[in-house]
Amino acid sequence: MTRKQKRLSWIGVLGLVLTIAVGLTLYALSSRISFSLDPSELLAKNVQPDERVRLFGLVKEGSVARGEGLNVRFDLTDTANTVTVAFNNILPDLFREGQGIITEGVLREDGVFEADTVLAKHDENYMPKEVAQSLKEKGLWQEAGK
Amino acid sequence: MTVELGHYALVLALALTIVQSIAPIWGARVNDERMMASATYIAPTVFLLLLFSFVTLVMAHVGSDFSVKNVWANSHSQMPFIFKISGTWGNHEGSMLLWLLILGLFAALVAVFGRNLPPTLKANVLGVQAWILGSFLVFVLLTSNPFERLGSVPFEGRNLNPILQDVGLAIHPPLLYLGYVGFSIAFSFAVAALIEGRIDAAWARWVRPWTLLAWIFLTAGISVGSYWAYYELGWGGWWFWDPVENSSFMPWLAGTALLHSALVMEKRSALKIWTVLLAIMTFSLSLLGAFLVRSGVLTSVHTFASDPERGVFLLLILVMFIGGSLTLFALRAGQLQAGGIFAPISREGALVFNNLILSTATATVLVGTMYPLLLEAVTGNKISVGGPFFNLTFGPLMIPLLIAIPFGPVLAWKRGDIYAASQRLFAVFGIALLTAIFSYALLYDATILSALGIGLAAWLMIGSFAEIQLRSGFPKNNLKVAWRRVTGLPRTVWGTAIAHFGVGMTVLGIIFVSSFETDSVKILKPGETAELSGYTMRLDSIEPRIGKNYKETVAHVSVMVDGKVVDVLDPSKRIYNARQQPTSESARSTFVFSQIYLALGELKGDNSVILRIWWKPMITLIWLGTIAMFVGGAISLSDRRLRVGAPKPSAKRAGAVHAKV
Repeated sequence: MTRKQKRLSWIGVLGLVLTIAVGLTLYALSSRISFSLDPSELLAKNVQPDERVRLFGLVKEGSVARGEGLNVRFDLTDTANTVTVAFNNILPDLFREGQGIITEGVLREDGVFEADTVLAKHDENYMPKEVAQSLKEKGLWQEAGK
Repeated sequence: MTVELGHYALVLALALTIVQSIAPIWGARVNDERMMASATYIAPTVFLLLLFSFVTLVMAHVGSDFSVKNVWANSHSQMPFIFKISGTWGNHEGSMLLWLLILGLFAALVAVFGRNLPPTLKANVLGVQAWILGSFLVFVLLTSNPFERLGSVPFEGRNLNPILQDVGLAIHPPLLYLGYVGFSIAFSFAVAALIEGRIDAAWARWVRPWTLLAWIFLTAGISVGSYWAYYELGWGGWWFWDPVENSSFMPWLAGTALLHSALVMEKRSALKIWTVLLAIMTFSLSLLGAFLVRSGVLTSVHTFASDPERGVFLLLILVMFIGGSLTLFALRAGQLQAGGIFAPISREGALVFNNLILSTATATVLVGTMYPLLLEAVTGNKISVGGPFFNLTFGPLMIPLLIAIPFGPVLAWKRGDIYAASQRLFAVFGIALLTAIFSYALLYDATILSALGIGLAAWLMIGSFAEIQLRSGFPKNNLKVAWRRVTGLPRTVWGTAIAHFGVGMTVLGIIFVSSFETDSVKILKPGETAELSGYTMRLDSIEPRIGKNYKETVAHVSVMVDGKVVDVLDPSKRIYNARQQPTSESARSTFVFSQIYLALGELKGDNSVILRIWWKPMITLIWLGTIAMFVGGAISLSDRRLRVGAPKPSAKRAGAVHAKV
C-alpha cells in the first residue's frame, strides 16, 4: 500500500464511522427522546395518543385511589392544572401524597395519563428538578423547613 | 479539638500545594535541580496532611461527635460501625475530602515511585498535579468545609440516608474516585509534555501504568456501583443510562481508548498528539462527571450529595482546566512531531480502529447526556434522553468494535495480513457460528438477533485466547513445548486475553438478560404460590422484625424447583427509626450465573403482600466479566516491563523526538 492509499483508507474508515454515528444520533434524537411536561403543559400541548412523555408534578392530597390488585389512580398537579394518572405496578417506596414525582407513559384518549414508570427519588427532601422549577415559576415554591 | 486540627491540616496542605504548583515548574524552566526536587518531598507531605485531615473526620463520625455539622447531618448514634465510617464520604463535603485525599495520594505515588523519571518531566508532572489539587483544596475550604461546628450541640444526628447504609457505600465511591482521580496523573503527564514541548516513546511507557491503574479502579468502581443499584433500588435494572452513570462511563470509554493508544505510542512511537489529547479529554470527562454529579444540574436517580450553588465553583475549575489544557494543546501540539501513517491492516491499525470507535461512542454518550441541558437552555423545552436513545446509538457502534477485538492481538505490528489472521481465527469463527445456530435452535424464544448476539459473545470469549494458542504453537507443537511457551509468555499477553474475555462475558450477560428476562407481579397471601420460568415461589409467612436502627416487615418466600425447596428468600420493607424513611430490601437467589430477584411492593392491610419477581438469566456474568477485566488489567500491570517505577528507558530513547525549541 502506498502512503496515499493508506491515508485514503483511513479517511474512508473515519468518514464511515462518523457518518454512521452522526446519522444514528440524529435519528435517535428525533425519535427516541421524550418531552418532560407538567400537567399544564401536557394539556396545552397536543400530545399524540401513542407518544411517550414524562409527566411530573405533585401527587394531590387525598387523590390516591387503589383498585383491584395493583391498579392505582392518583391526580398529579402543578396546582394550576391536574391530570389523572393510572398505574398498574409497584409504586416506589417514597411515593406519598404531596410528594413531587415523575411519571412516564402515554396520554390516553379519555384524558387519563397511563404511566408505566413512576419515579420518586430516595431522599425525603428530594424534589425532582423539573417539579421544583415549575413550582418556582408559578410562585408556589416553598423552601424546605418553612 | 481534633476536627479543628484536621481543618488546620487542610489549610497547611493548601499552602504547601501552592509552593508545589510553582517551585518545581519554575525550577524546570531555569534548570534548578533543588527547586525541581522540592516536589518530591512536598507531595508526600501534602498527602500525609490530607490523610490526617481525613482521619480526623472519620474519627468524628465514628465517635458520633454531633457538634460537627457534617456528622450531625449524616450520622446517627445507632448506626452500625461500618456505616459510621462509610458515612464519612456519604455526603458532599466528606466525599470531596476523599477526592482530595486520592488526588494527594497519586501525586505522592508519582513522587515516590517516579525515581527514574527525567527530573524536568517529574517536576512538571507534580507541578500540574498541584494545580489540580490546589483548586480543589480552595473549593473545599471555601465552599464545602466538612469541619464546620454547630453552635449548640444536638443530642442526636439526622441519620445517613438509609439507601446509603449499605456495604456498597464503603466500596463504591473510593474505587470510583481512585479511577476518576487516577486519570489526573495521565492529564498531568500530558500537560507536562506540552509544557516541555517534547514527547517520546518513553513518555508513553510512564503514562501507561498510571492509566492502567486508574482504569482498573474505575472498572471496579462502576461495576460495584452497578451491582449496588441493582439490588438496592429494587427495580432489578443494572444500568439505566442515567446521567450520573454516563458521567462515570464516559471517562471509562475514553480511558479505555487511552490505554490502547498509549500502547501504539510506546511500541511504534506514533499517535503522539492523539494520545496527549486523549489523556486531556479523559480527565476532562472525569471533571465534567464530578460537576454533573455534584451540581445537580441533571435529574438523576443516584445523586445524593448535590448542591447547585457549589456547582458554579466546580464549573469554574472545569472551564479553567479544560480550557487551559486545550489552549496549551493548540499552542504546543504543532511542536510534537507527528508519527507516520501506518497500514490499516496491522496491530496498530486495529488499535487506531479501537480508538476511533471508542471516542465516537464517548461522543454519542456525551451528546445524549448534555443534549437535554443544552436544549433547555436554548429553547426552554424539557426533554428526557434515556435508554432508547443510547441503545440505538451506542449499541450499533459497539458491534464492529466487538467483532474486531479478537483480530487485534493476532495481527502483526507494522504490516499485518488479514487473510492469515482470518485463517487463524477460522476455527473460532466456526465455533461462534455453531453457538449461534445451537442457541437459535435450542433456546426457547430466541430470536435471530439474540442468537447472533450469543455467537458474538462466544467469538469474543474464545477469540480472546487466539493469540495465546497461536504463540504456543499448539497443536503443531506437542503439549510440553506448548506449555513451556505459554508459561513463558509476557504477562501483558495474558492480561489482554483475560480482559478481552471479560468483555465477552459481560456482553453474554447483557444479551441474555435483555433477551430472556421474565418478570411478574403477584399479590400473595401466606401459603399461596407464584410461578415464573420454571421456578415456584411460595409465600410462607410475613413477620415483623427489629433491626439495629430500623423496623422491617419480612416476607419469607421459598423458591422451589420441581416441588423441592432450593432456597428461602427474605425480601423486606424497612422503616428507619430516624426520619421514618421507608426502603425496600430485595432478595436474590443465584443459580449458576442466573438469579431469581424478589422485591416487595406495598403491604396490603389484609395480610397479603405484593411480590415482584424477576428471572434474570446469566445476569451475574455482567459483573463477573468486569471482574475479569479488572484481573486482566492487574495482571498486565504486574508485568515487569510495565512496572509503575518504570525501568530505565532503553536504547530506543535515542530515537526520541525533540521539538524545536
